[in-house]
Amino acid sequence: MSVLADSLQLAPGNPLRRFAPVALIVGAIALAACGFIATTAPRPVAQSYLAAFLFWSGIPIGSLAVLMLQHITGGAWGAIIRRILESATSTLPLIVVLFLPILFASGLLYEWARPEVVAHDPLLQHKSIYLNLPFFTVRAVVYFAAWMTLSYFLCRWSREQDGGKLRVQRRLENTSRGGLVAFGLTMSFASIDWAMSLEPHWFSTIYGILFIGGQVLSSLAFAILAAAALSTQAEVAEVMTPDRFQDLGKLLLAFVMLWAYFSFSQFLIIWAANLPEETPWYLRRLAGGWQWTILVIIILHFALPFVLLLSRGLKRNRRSLMAVAAVVLAMRTVDLSWLVIPAFDRDGGSFVASDPLAMIGVGGVWFFFFVRQLSRHPVLPLNDEALPELDEAGA
Amino acid sequence: MSQGVYGLMAEFGDVGELVTAARKAREAGYVHLDAYTPFPVEELDEALDLHHTRLPMLVLIGGIIGGLAGFGLQYWTTVIDYPINVGGRPLFSWPAFIPVTFECTILGAGLTAVLGMLGLNGLPQPYHPVFNVPRFALASRDRFFLCIEARDPKFDIDETWGFLSRLQPRQVSQVDA
Repeated sequence: MSVLADSLQLAPGNPLRRFAPVALIVGAIALAACGFIATTAPRPVAQSYLAAFLFWSGIPIGSLAVLMLQHITGGAWGAIIRRILESATSTLPLIVVLFLPILFASGLLYEWARPEVVAHDPLLQHKSIYLNLPFFTVRAVVYFAAWMTLSYFLCRWSREQDGGKLRVQRRLENTSRGGLVAFGLTMSFASIDWAMSLEPHWFSTIYGILFIGGQVLSSLAFAILAAAALSTQAEVAEVMTPDRFQDLGKLLLAFVMLWAYFSFSQFLIIWAANLPEETPWYLRRLAGGWQWTILVIIILHFALPFVLLLSRGLKRNRRSLMAVAAVVLAMRTVDLSWLVIPAFDRDGGSFVASDPLAMIGVGGVWFFFFVRQLSRHPVLPLNDEALPELDEAGA
Repeated sequence: MSQGVYGLMAEFGDVGELVTAARKAREAGYVHLDAYTPFPVEELDEALDLHHTRLPMLVLIGGIIGGLAGFGLQYWTTVIDYPINVGGRPLFSWPAFIPVTFECTILGAGLTAVLGMLGLNGLPQPYHPVFNVPRFALASRDRFFLCIEARDPKFDIDETWGFLSRLQPRQVSQVDA
């Protein structure tokens, strides 16, 4: 391995690497606690687990979308976070394993998976051609297969570029073009299957893109935090300049606005039409304590990051941008809980112990495997035309 | 101060030389200077210390005024001036106001950005002395110019000429007012 590639490995003292074992241990304990609670009260644990799964799976899945986006658009902003995105999507096999409990607990989570409910519900009988467990499973297999195939080749070719193979750039671009179309379709259906079908009578045509917008926002906020941690290494910091953090801050602002736009569009259309089959979804989420949750979401998930990210100085400062990204990432968990938990007719104030435990448990385990992926290759891509500083093959 | 002279102008062949020259001129204590390039050069903001523009604050104010005006217009028309019962909804149905409020914010901010930029730049300006230098036309092609203005307290036609010559430009010319 070359000197340059050596100097760009994840350092043993890097905060990410120091935190990873702690995350694994805390995560494993939290998951074990969830398992223990589930022996007496499985239903609330399954609900908490679904929210945690949807949040944490959103980072590797959303990273795949951002990875393809940056291959198409090019530019230094994408090149500096490319390894972070690649490492995140490389954890997809773990996400498959984490999905299995949802498959086994589908009867606890989804009305359409309970034959006794379907037997008394003509609408669910009508929808059972699509909403049935075998087809649900087959679809999940198709989604994961599509994402993992894309992730596998994009990561592999990108590493070939490190080794000096320079013609892969074109191949990465072309694959990303088709890949983004495939991603949009598969993830839309996945969001309908995994989250929207919790309330099978209700539907919203913007739901898929709203969900994807949230995932992309999560992965961008996570990538900013990881990039900030990486830039504690002197060799990496030379490339991750205030200009680059400003680029990432601008994108974070754009995606905060895009998410708010999608969310409000769905609300406005349903509010304006005021149809009895559409409004219950919002009525459940604006009562019983959840009205305070949405108020917090509006302020901390939109208004505060929006105002702060307008500032040029804040975006160029690594620490202050990190703080905003951390707030956005934390609010993504709140937003997903608001999206999922009210479907189970639970009150906003009724937090159960398994809610934070599942979030920490799934996250801790996932984070450990993310860092393991990140430590296997140089943390910045070599020989990329967007980062001429790291050109060693003489392109 | 020399009568009839706007300043002295040095011509450079590439961006790097210009940025270095601008930096050196500031280090030498010149404050009234400007650079002219065929395309935007980010490093010049820092080299010429041009960070302190009031435009962002103006745009923010314009945006806020636009948003308030848009929201206020809708409130006034639907609640005060011409209240109509639409499907039993309250007169003050704020969710429906949001898209127009948003658009008016953008409109206010956008117009302020364009007009404010022109105002702060002093544009349109039919006459500017730098065009008296015949070779200045190249500033829109492939040459880079640094002009030290005569109103600079440190400006002295011979001394400044000498200073600019030491920066190794392609040419130094006098800009007639």
